[in-house]
Amino acid sequence: MESVTQEIPLEHFLMLSFILFTIGVYGVLARRNAVIVLMSVELMLNAVSINMVAFAVYTAPSLFAGIIFAIFIIAVAAAEVGLALAVILRLFRNRGTANIDEVDTLKW
Amino acid sequence: MIQVFFYLFATTVIAGALGVVLLRNTVYAALSLIGALLGVAAVYILLSVEFLALVQILIYAGAVTVLLLFALMLTRARELQERLDGDQKPLAAVAALVLLGAFITVMDQTTWPRDVGEITTVPFATIGDALLTRWAVPFELVSGVLLVALVGAIILAMQEEGEP
Repeated sequence: MESVTQEIPLEHFLMLSFILFTIGVYGVLARRNAVIVLMSVELMLNAVSINMVAFAVYTAPSLFAGIIFAIFIIAVAAAEVGLALAVILRLFRNRGTANIDEVDTLKW
Repeated sequence: MIQVFFYLFATTVIAGALGVVLLRNTVYAALSLIGALLGVAAVYILLSVEFLALVQILIYAGAVTVLLLFALMLTRARELQERLDGDQKPLAAVAALVLLGAFITVMDQTTWPRDVGEITTVPFATIGDALLTRWAVPFELVSGVLLVALVGAIILAMQEEGEP
């Protein structure tokens, strides 16, 4: 029976998580639609989850703390999405735009 | 065999993520996000963490994406047909690449554990047990966070008097 820990080194999972995280960073910085910025944040959270789970499986399988962490990340992400969508909705109603670079009242 | 599947899923995840940040249509970007999230669920199954894979499909690929699509609909992002990228796009690409380089450097300079042997699959019952004993305090805290966030979201999104 082949096992994933023998076939694929931990680094490959880390690499996947790094690439996913940097794509998320790019999305947050480059996009101007607030909803797509939110999607990019979700990508970053997923990258962290992959990281945690890979470490849990490869280094401390009996503790599975990484899996619990990933569950908490998903719960907090759900709360964050709900709240952020309410903020975006309010923003759209008050300012008529969902583009983050047009909301510059706080900019000096 | 496992390697083939891993690289297949990794490609799916990265292609979906690139779709989110590069596509010109916001709805297509949201659909591409579903692909990326399902790919992450497949990676979890590969790591034999079935519980997380199920949660990922239910909450992320199901609920969160539907919420995002609703937000796109309500903010009418599709009708506007304007440019989707800000002025700092080149800088963003540079920042992302620098970050990736830093990550890879750190990963290269660390020695990772080898030959960890067989993976032990964690049964669902054990996860539930641990959540309510060892992790009970963070579990309750996170339920509080969810409650507060959802009530706050309802209050924020509610229509005030005199609003159209």
